[in-house]
Amino acid sequence: MSTLIKYTANGATEIENAFVSVVDGEPVPQGADIIVSLGRIKAEGEALLASGVRVGVQIEPAEAVEDLAELLPRLALVAVAFPKFRDGRAYTSATLLRQRLGFNGEVRAVGDVLREQAYVMTRCGIDAFVPADGSSAAEWSRAAGHFRHVYQTAADGRTPAHAEPGRR
Amino acid sequence: MYRYDAIDKEFLTDRSNEFRHQVGRRLAGELSEDQFKPLRLMNGLYLQLHAYMLRVCIPYGTLNVAQVRRLAWIARTYDKGYGHFTTRQNIQFHWVKLRDAPDILDALAEVDLHAIQTSGNCIRNTTSDPRAGATAEEIDDPRVWSEAIRQWSTLHPEFSYLPRKFKIAVTASAKDRTAARVHDIGLALCRGRDGTLGFEVMVGGGMGRTPFIGQTIKEFLPATRLLSYLEAVLRVYNRAGRRDNIYKARIKILVSSLGAEEFGRQVEEEWAQIDAARADLPDTELARIRAAFIQPGLEVLPPVSDSYEAARAANLALARFARNNVSAHKAPGYAIVDVSLKAHDATPGDANSDQLEAIADLAERFSLGDIRVTHEQNLVLPHVKQSDLPALFEGLVAVGLATPNINLVSDIIACPGLDYCALANARAIPVAQSIAQRFLDADRAELVGELKIKISGCINACGHHHVGHIGILGVDKKGEEYYQLTLGGSGAEDASIGKILGPGLNADQVAPAVDRLVEVYLAERQGEERFLDTYRRIGMTPFKEAVYVDAH
Ligand code: HEM
Ligand code: SF4
Repeated sequence: MSTLIKYTANGATEIENAFVSVVDGEPVPQGADIIVSLGRIKAEGEALLASGVRVGVQIEPAEAVEDLAELLPRLALVAVAFPKFRDGRAYTSATLLRQRLGFNGEVRAVGDVLREQAYVMTRCGIDAFVPADGSSAAEWSRAAGHFRHVYQTAADGRTPAHAEPGRR
Repeated sequence: MYRYDAIDKEFLTDRSNEFRHQVGRRLAGELSEDQFKPLRLMNGLYLQLHAYMLRVCIPYGTLNVAQVRRLAWIARTYDKGYGHFTTRQNIQFHWVKLRDAPDILDALAEVDLHAIQTSGNCIRNTTSDPRAGATAEEIDDPRVWSEAIRQWSTLHPEFSYLPRKFKIAVTASAKDRTAARVHDIGLALCRGRDGTLGFEVMVGGGMGRTPFIGQTIKEFLPATRLLSYLEAVLRVYNRAGRRDNIYKARIKILVSSLGAEEFGRQVEEEWAQIDAARADLPDTELARIRAAFIQPGLEVLPPVSDSYEAARAANLALARFARNNVSAHKAPGYAIVDVSLKAHDATPGDANSDQLEAIADLAERFSLGDIRVTHEQNLVLPHVKQSDLPALFEGLVAVGLATPNINLVSDIIACPGLDYCALANARAIPVAQSIAQRFLDADRAELVGELKIKISGCINACGHHHVGHIGILGVDKKGEEYYQLTLGGSGAEDASIGKILGPGLNADQVAPAVDRLVEVYLAERQGEERFLDTYRRIGMTPFKEAVYVDAH
């Protein structure tokens, strides 16, 4: 089972990933917590959500995260996919999940997830990572928390420079 | 001038420490060049034909004395003794060693400079009017808004991995000195009917292989709503911009395929959903930024300086300099001075360390310590007392920086071309020099008047050839360098894309062809017409016939 880094304001910890990603068209494993595609949750949502396991949905870059709006309260997590680290659409998906759709559950980065992007991912409200570069939780945490100040409001709610008490 | 406080300084320290760590990992072999490339690019470090190139950000083209001295020192210590000012108001060092890069960034950070976002698919340096705060023409000081954008866009988490690079310009006068209409977003300060301050928002301008003039999607955006509106534009682009083909990834392609109206509608729809209280800057912060740009030290002077008038009457060289490089300041008795980096034998935009130090000294003595960079690759000393102009002129002459050719035929924009650039088809710098050489007669150049020549060594258009009154593009024809001329482009308030004159010319034919174009103009012009105006009135044919007369 893959490693999962969970990130909170207090730092990062490595935990075991309890979710199984289910490929479209494959049967859902019995009793396991699952991550399914947007298409699948739209088609089979009621059945999956009634089955008693925890359910997450993976959003691909071209998909509109708004399509999940009604289901969100019943989802355990949303995974945002980075097929390539350069594909920045998931930053918008994550931001909208937090700021517009009010999602408080886990937002997980999957795919080409690299330590160099830890900072921006965290700021967009992503709080769980399946790193593709073998980063440890400590390395991840250092990269994500490297900057003492931020210049703009974002989904992580950090106080921007202009609202810091020390601003001159 | 905006001064960095402890927060801004700590931010830069954090950034340069991060990069030092990454370079260490690269030099130790922990990172491959492939893995390292995006990291160095995020710090402005490019790999060029002969060496690494470091592009240093100059926010909205504004420098203080200590910064210019530090740039001079860096050029001397880590480069071959010169730097190159770019069309986006930045400076590049073309001969940098990887292992020196972290030290250079530290040295820059000590004077509040950096290379953040000078590369990569992110929001680049926001450029603005080099006469900001000095010209009476401006509706408001564009530096206030440029600084707000600088902060907002710095490591913006949602918009650091856009489909492609993203450039914003803020212009504040009817005369556009920022090329706003060829930017991804051009912001033109304006006043609403009730006098409130706002922006006309233009999107989708750009050059490269498919040039576009930006289109207005909002006639009047209240100025205080700027950041939320930018967020909306960037979000629509981040989601919908193409990522399958880098040549179609700029916002200009999205705007042209959707149509400006539909793009604007999508932006409005997104904007309506953004929480203004979160996204827009509070008035207190805008007031704090604005206060930083109030210019101290301007004296109350008579509108005319007798000593300057007398010096000008006595010294023909000073008089010529005054005609071409000196403009009106908003404060009586002051002037704005353009410093040309286009001496006929120079590389357009280059300044050596001695020149940079001289500029710093002169700015300290004569321009309230303020130095600006223009997108036409020159410098500006914005706050000079008229009575100091003779002494300033002598100081500039001493270091070869008094070339009196602003906006004239030899004030050429040229990209680095084949002399430095791995993508080039042809040389650009020697072509610029050959044209300047041909128009050495300063009286004739003045007679010709405003004529903007812009040269790119390939279709990426770094030299803005699409918007040159005369544009020159280097092309490769069966392994040989050729040049394609275009006429009628403009990057200013009357922006347009130039049209191709005819078949390509070889390097030796370019300057004579420019000469013939100029002769046609001089024969045909009416009244105060510039070259561009005459071309627009009489069309391509007379110009084409003159250049290709031998081919008949
Ligand atoms: C020396 C190495 C350089 C390389 C390899 C390079 C590369 C490129 C490339 C690939 C593009 C096209 C980007 C696109 O269309 O999306 C471009 C555009 C551009 N570059 Fe450069 N460049 C270099 C130097 C410069 C310099 C020195 C300047 C300033 C004088 C400059 C200013 C620009 C500008 C203004 C554009 C046009 C942006 C637009 O399309 O709107 N570049 N460059
Ligand atoms: S226009 Fe072409 S040749 Fe000139 S700097 Fe840009 S990429 Fe290089």
